[in-house]
Amino acid sequence: MEFKFDMEKNKDKVIEFQDFLNEKKSTKGPLMPALQQAQEVFGYLPMEMLEVISKTLQIPMAEIYGVATFYSQFSFIPQGENKISVCLGTACYVKGAQNILEEIESQLGIKSGLTTPDQKFSIASARCVGDCSIAPVILVNEDVYAKVKKSEIKDIINKYK
Amino acid sequence: MMTKERMDSIKEVLKPKIVEKLIGEDKVELRGDEVVLKGEYYKKQVRIALKNCDIVDPTNIEEYIAFDGYYALYDSLTKKKPGDIVEEIKNSLLRGRGGAGFPTGRKWDEAYRYQADKKYIICNADEGDPGAFMDRSILEKDPHSVLEGMALGGYAIGSDQGYIYVRAEYPMAVKRLEIAIKQAREYGLLGENIFGTGFNFDIELRLGSGAFVCGEGTALMESIEGRRGMPRPKIHRTAHVGLWGKPTIINNVETLANVPVIINKGYEWFRGIGTEESPGTKVFALVGKVENAGLVEVPMGMTLREIIFDIGGGAQDGKEYKAVQTGGPSGGCIPADLIDTPVDFESLGKIWSIMGSGGMVVMDENTCMVDIAKFFLDFSVEESCGKCVPCREGTKRMYEILDRITKGEGVEGDIERLEELSETVSSASLCGLGQTAPNPVITTLKYYRHEYEDHIHNKSCPAKSCKPLIKYFIEDTCIGCTRCAKACPVSCISGKVKELHVIDQSMCIKCGACYDVCPVKPIKAVSII
Ligand SMILES: Cc1cc2nc3c(=O)[nH]c(=O)nc-3n(C[C@H](O)[C@H](O)[C@H](O)COP(=O)(O)O)c2cc1C
Ligand code: FES
Repeated sequence: MEFKFDMEKNKDKVIEFQDFLNEKKSTKGPLMPALQQAQEVFGYLPMEMLEVISKTLQIPMAEIYGVATFYSQFSFIPQGENKISVCLGTACYVKGAQNILEEIESQLGIKSGLTTPDQKFSIASARCVGDCSIAPVILVNEDVYAKVKKSEIKDIINKYK
Repeated sequence: MMTKERMDSIKEVLKPKIVEKLIGEDKVELRGDEVVLKGEYYKKQVRIALKNCDIVDPTNIEEYIAFDGYYALYDSLTKKKPGDIVEEIKNSLLRGRGGAGFPTGRKWDEAYRYQADKKYIICNADEGDPGAFMDRSILEKDPHSVLEGMALGGYAIGSDQGYIYVRAEYPMAVKRLEIAIKQAREYGLLGENIFGTGFNFDIELRLGSGAFVCGEGTALMESIEGRRGMPRPKIHRTAHVGLWGKPTIINNVETLANVPVIINKGYEWFRGIGTEESPGTKVFALVGKVENAGLVEVPMGMTLREIIFDIGGGAQDGKEYKAVQTGGPSGGCIPADLIDTPVDFESLGKIWSIMGSGGMVVMDENTCMVDIAKFFLDFSVEESCGKCVPCREGTKRMYEILDRITKGEGVEGDIERLEELSETVSSASLCGLGQTAPNPVITTLKYYRHEYEDHIHNKSCPAKSCKPLIKYFIEDTCIGCTRCAKACPVSCISGKVKELHVIDQSMCIKCGACYDVCPVKPIKAVSII
């Protein structure tokens, strides 16, 4: 998928982000907070913003790229409007989370880690979201679904269509 | 500025109110002069790290103060020297709750004795073990206990700056910590000149970004410094050369939550709980196929049976209890016949598992042990940082072997190959991730070798869980209700109403939908062979 970062449309966000960087510039170890802020504000890490980080914090692009690719929370492509995370932690796994993930993949026609062509949904797997006592758990955006059954998936997805 | 008088008056006014309200809601009861949660589930528990959880309002610092909060800090700053705190923690024999069980006092002593212009204390709140949420609960429900523990640690080693490294998957914990830090600053319990003693201490939050290896102390420091979270070779102790090259103490959330209570009640009290070598309590996340899942905090040395059966109610849905996995990806599976093992650092080590951070995942007869080993290896492959070869390549090869075994493609010699790789990876890896990654394989091979052999030689999965090795089959108890045929996503079930149905094995994708919907009782007409 090709994505173009629209500077004009994101003008306010870019200014806000630049302010954040200026403030962090003098603190120790500012790179991680900077990347986290970019991910939060823009929903992914646009190349244009990585360049801004590089210039402001005086860190080479290669190093920034190295750090950004190491951590699974950072993404280089925009996420779908609705983010489905399927917990595949141990507690969820022994309670059949793999089947739940497969069901969601087949319902949406995409594999985990990808976004649907209409950019409505993306699927990701998570490593324990800390709700193990109500496993298996899936998250849609901020909503937590507990003790999910395969037969409930369709209804859950439909809520967000 | 906060004073003792102000704390006393907060406590005097607020505590009776909170207790009265909770008793009114029938949530708590009094055990001696302690307020504890009410109910069968809590009867056998002894709560130190979780003592305030679900009792105080975590967003109100005054409620924490009302339950003796920040008194340990007050007493220490006004009456004790840093060395006294170090001694107290050393004498308590408190051991790290983050996994390795290293004596906290010894670690603090190292940093206390080392001269430097700047020192740091880090709270490890990365809680990476998938299937565990002890730290999450403490952070969300009693964040001040961690802040106070850190301030005490800071005073003891001579540090004025703390960091809390929280995993990004816990947004609520981050929020609660932000509120707690803000309130502590407003009340003069963090910041400059705390209690007017001239002691300065502040805490900054840092977020993880989804890398399990960042729970390892030196990788975590790399991450705070803004680099890839790769562990450092252990040339120096971090207590001497840590964050930004300065002496640094890193402790787990639960370890720190124990500190204020120990300072308040004294090391002798603490040593009176638990076992001789592992005093105190441990919080466990009792999850998986267990009747009553949840957090339990029990004295060290309680047996697995008491935890899983007396508190947890045994396996779920009347199934047969098979094993419990402790220690997450670094731990092992403990079979049913070792259920009377006491839970402490030494005893679990003797049976090849580890205490770990406190994950306890219960498994029943339908859990395949080869599949579980594969699950953990998959985790280690994904989370290996790639710095050292044994871990990066070794875990991958082990995963491939396990994968083919579960697919029914295992070959003669696979078990031996796994054993050889296990030894290489655990002895040659750079950090704890690689050194312990083979543990799930080693323990399942030790206790469930026959399951591996069944997969390889007989191409069968005794737990009936590995899809390529099972078949769905309709018995002649079928009542011909047609539900399975309707549910089948690939329409491979044929049969007339009220007649025996048949599955076309060549088309079956083994999704289990027919089994799920079959209404025949008590034994379903769809069987798995
Ligand atoms: C791969 C790996 C992951 C770890 N993850 C965590 C973790 O998530 N939380 C934690 O407290 N300790 C974790 N540890 C242990 C830390 O390295 C360290 O021992 C611990 O934070 C020290 O604190 P304690 O002595 O209070 O337990 C991990 C270790 C390794 C090797
Ligand atoms: S394993 Fe899924 S929430 Fe913990």
